[in-house]
Amino acid sequence: MTEETIQVILSRYPDRRSALLPLMHLCQEEAGYLTEDAMRELAARLDLPPIQVAEVATFYDMFRLKPGGQREIWVCHNLSCALLGAEQVIRRLEEVLGVSAGETTPDGLLTIKRVECLAACGRAPAIQVGPDYYGPVSVNDVGELVEQLKRQPAISDQPPSSLLKADR
Amino acid sequence: MSEKILTKRLEIPGYRGTLDEYEATGGYQAIAKALKEHTPASLIELVKRSGLRGRGGAGFPTGVKWGFVPKGSELPTYLVCNADESEPGTFKDRELIMRDPHQLIEGILLAGFAIGCRTAYIYIRGEFIAGACILEQAVSDAAARGLVGKDILGSRFSLDLHVHRGAGAYICGEETALLESLEGKRGLPRLKPPFPATSGLYRKPTVVNNVETLCNIPHIVMRGAEWFASIGTPKSTGARIFGVSGHVRRPGIYECPIDVPMRELIFEHAGGIREGRRLKAVIPGGSSVPVLTERHLDTRMDFESLATAGSMAGSGGVIVMDDTTCMVRVGEVVSRFYHHESCGQCTQCREGTAWLHKTLRRIEEGRGRQADLDLLLDICDNMKGKTICPLSDAAAMPIESYLKYFRDEFEQHVVERVCPFGPMHRS
Repeated sequence: MTEETIQVILSRYPDRRSALLPLMHLCQEEAGYLTEDAMRELAARLDLPPIQVAEVATFYDMFRLKPGGQREIWVCHNLSCALLGAEQVIRRLEEVLGVSAGETTPDGLLTIKRVECLAACGRAPAIQVGPDYYGPVSVNDVGELVEQLKRQPAISDQPPSSLLKADR
Repeated sequence: MSEKILTKRLEIPGYRGTLDEYEATGGYQAIAKALKEHTPASLIELVKRSGLRGRGGAGFPTGVKWGFVPKGSELPTYLVCNADESEPGTFKDRELIMRDPHQLIEGILLAGFAIGCRTAYIYIRGEFIAGACILEQAVSDAAARGLVGKDILGSRFSLDLHVHRGAGAYICGEETALLESLEGKRGLPRLKPPFPATSGLYRKPTVVNNVETLCNIPHIVMRGAEWFASIGTPKSTGARIFGVSGHVRRPGIYECPIDVPMRELIFEHAGGIREGRRLKAVIPGGSSVPVLTERHLDTRMDFESLATAGSMAGSGGVIVMDDTTCMVRVGEVVSRFYHHESCGQCTQCREGTAWLHKTLRRIEEGRGRQADLDLLLDICDNMKGKTICPLSDAAAMPIESYLKYFRDEFEQHVVERVCPFGPMHRS
């Protein structure tokens, strides 16, 4: 994260504390999770007591406090997806990857994460990996999806706009 | 088929929502027109006359909300676009953001002009990674053409617009929790009053409007309040984007007059129930609202008609369930969600959502007791109308409705000590 980026983000808000979530996203992007050092630095940078950074880090689901897989497979288990077989999709994913939801494969590549509604109910059961949406995902699609994810290089959570595809 | 308004451009083959495409199809004419023909007060009056009501969930009249901002105040005024679309079953704002971002930006410009705002934020849920990128690009394209920033289109109206990502918390869709989050804090709803119109972001006058609500504004400016009010009913005007999901043949978003009959929406637009099955239940406005059944199919989808039927129009997310659906399991999934998303501030909600989920899970797994049914209703009663924000009510009302219409099914689980629909769908 360059000083220039930090300055651009700070310039958007009359109160620097508002920059906390955007800067946490960037820290997580760089290290894969929010390290204790990163949180300490953020607190110092924004003149906040460290506890106010920690309480925010633990409140929001997207912030990771320990390392995970290079990529998270977000599987929606909320109602529209559950009605169309999300639990079976999760079970199949667990079989194919040999780990349970919430865990990371031993090679450190993929983490399965149960998530709440992704606002992709029209494609239920839906999966999101980084900026990409998949669905409707059937139990039979899971093997191929995993192979595809393993082949692709890990891409950024916050891709430059040139990476965007029309179907996202 | 009725005329499409907000989704008309989305149906143009190859339309990608770039600034050039948006302008070539009439985009940014409304802000030019408003800057020439309107004062802020006359624009607020126009939106009031249109009858537009918020599309995020509460259905509050948009022009009235704008009118609450104190006039001639020395304080800065903020506009925040609520793009935290997280209500289960709702997936319209994501489409509007991804496929026509400039329509939203033009709506924000118009709302900003009306309320005298210099700085606006789009608070977008953290999971909308591609959506945030598209909006960042669109804002920067618009700024490069003098549509965002200082002296817009050569006028004396200036508006800075920033995209701000959340980080995964349903509660931040509640407007005061959203403001806390935008201030860099946990998303804990604030006690109201004071309302955001007088004390919102950084304790300054603030208007929070949903994505779809704002997307309506350019059309109202171009075509007039009377045109908008001619669609729908006297109290629920305009068109609305419904997201239909669940056991239908063609799940997706459908823009219809706001008073479209539920039957038409499900059976004509969404293609009806999947093969060989019967409709059992419909959640008409996102998972927070009471369920309806087959006998409500002729209900119209406007705010008043759904309220009369005992439910709510909510966010326009319509979840359709066929006769293979176990309503206890539905309750378990829905209560798990609210338990996970309760911010924990209020005891009734923090404890009530946990108890609801635990009790429903027990019944679904065949470990329920006869007394659990009344226990559920008792918990719901203790959760409603007693908390800072509506999440507690949103968790309780659906469960009460499942018991109201499907009590037999709950009793069967208790008596037979097993889910009659089989264990297939359990987590």
